Amino acid sequence: MHIEVEELAKEFGATTALLPVSVSIPSGALIALLGPSGSGKTTLLRILGGLEFPTSGRVLFDGQDATGLSVQERRAGFVFQHYALFKHMTVFENIAYGLRARPKSSRPTAPEIDRRVNKLLGLIQLPDIGGRYPAQLSGGQRQRVALARALAIEPRMLLLDEPFGALDARVRKELRTGLREIHDQTGLTTIFVTHDQDEAMELADLVVVMSMGRIEQVGTPKEIRGRPATRFVAEFIDA
Amino acid sequence: MVDLVLSPADPSRLAKPARRPAGRSVTSEPVWLRITLICLSLALLTVLLFAPLLAVFAQALQEGIGSALESLADPDAHSAIRLTLITAAFAVPLNAVFGLAAAWAIAKFDFRGKAFLITLIDLPFSVSPVVAGLCFVLLFGANSGIGGWFVANGIPIVFAVPGIVLATMFVTFPFVARELIPIMEEQGRAEEEAALTLGASGWRMFRTVTLPNVRWALLYGVLLCNARAMGEFGAVAVVSGRIRGETTTMPLMIEMFYNEYMPVAAFTLAALLALLGLVTLAAKSLLEWRHGGELAAAARRH
Repeated sequence: MHIEVEELAKEFGATTALLPVSVSIPSGALIALLGPSGSGKTTLLRILGGLEFPTSGRVLFDGQDATGLSVQERRAGFVFQHYALFKHMTVFENIAYGLRARPKSSRPTAPEIDRRVNKLLGLIQLPDIGGRYPAQLSGGQRQRVALARALAIEPRMLLLDEPFGALDARVRKELRTGLREIHDQTGLTTIFVTHDQDEAMELADLVVVMSMGRIEQVGTPKEIRGRPATRFVAEFIDA
Repeated sequence: MVDLVLSPADPSRLAKPARRPAGRSVTSEPVWLRITLICLSLALLTVLLFAPLLAVFAQALQEGIGSALESLADPDAHSAIRLTLITAAFAVPLNAVFGLAAAWAIAKFDFRGKAFLITLIDLPFSVSPVVAGLCFVLLFGANSGIGGWFVANGIPIVFAVPGIVLATMFVTFPFVARELIPIMEEQGRAEEEAALTLGASGWRMFRTVTLPNVRWALLYGVLLCNARAMGEFGAVAVVSGRIRGETTTMPLMIEMFYNEYMPVAAFTLAALLALLGLVTLAAKSLLEWRHGGELAAAARRH
């Protein structure tokens, strides 16, 4: 799905989280929102997912105005920073949650839910953990379950908030490849937030560099390395 | 105090230093002091808690179990037990719902006047129940506008069951909300947001994510609320008018029996009330033992 952000701004009371920003995200791309904390990258992601509403500006999904669309109507697969798995449910129930939450008319049958959950467990290469609880999983496993749960609703896009932030360096490398593979298999427009420039440069097709509520530069990792548009970008990717 | 002695010494402190005898942590006191403090606490516990409780049961059974049971068959005692159970049956579920709603609003949303609302919830803890009872009498008594209207329409509030339920609800209001607020604050909004992004409606999110996450704390709050609701004396004494056999709850009836030199009846009813409290306490301990971790966040605030 093609996403168009037009002059989007967000204020929380007196503080401005996002100045009017515009960016065009091509369908099927893997995008990194890169910037230090407080740069507005998570706010932008949450607005796209329908968890915050902008003060002004528009969001277009495939040319259709989606600014006022409720979080449920957006069908955005969202992976939270600390995964937000439902602690009191098994992995299977976590992944099945979105399917079971559908209205009766479009809800898959129990065997169909079973089949889809198992397929997703295969996709994240953890076929045997359906009966476990989140507390019994490692950090990396939790992240992949959160990914499977988000994919279960057949989302129109995948949004990830610091998906590797809570993991140690080795697991992080492994899961980067995992995310790339899942993106390539599903073909979903995927946007992830990160403050780690290596991660953004290595993984993304297109990097959006942000600072203090502004978009500093949008470009391929090569362009950003080769021709940083502002002093901030040059310093940030050097660090 | 007891905790300090029983908790195992921190292993990192055990490794060294040379002059400290093994098995002793920096934070523990010399042996003689520990023993003195433990004995002092035990003595206080015995005098203040165990002895009175034993005395109640001993007094109730002084003429044998037969006459104790006989005193419970008294119609006034019967009516008091029934009224107490009815009051709790109304006040506790209502306070559970209000407490849950208040805790949710406070823990998960930011709004103007939040601090004021928290203070308001704590009000029953700081206002004397007798004062609360008097307020209800002034507000809903037959001489007031509202009270007059209710009386004219055949639903007297003061000196009747509705007043008793209202007064009990006022006194026990903070228990559920106070128990839930810290737990809900600690859990944050992420899981609820996740449910919404997965397509769940607000109600479904509440039912499948919010409620299961606080279920043990909620039950714990309800148990505390129930114990207090059954035992409430001051506020109920004022609003009920103490009409024998009609608006007399168990605590009021106990006092009446006692003042009328009917010790067996008074202490048997008291023992029953204490027993109801002990059952609640046992249920609470069982919960703590099974779900200690989840309740710890709330316990820290008490």
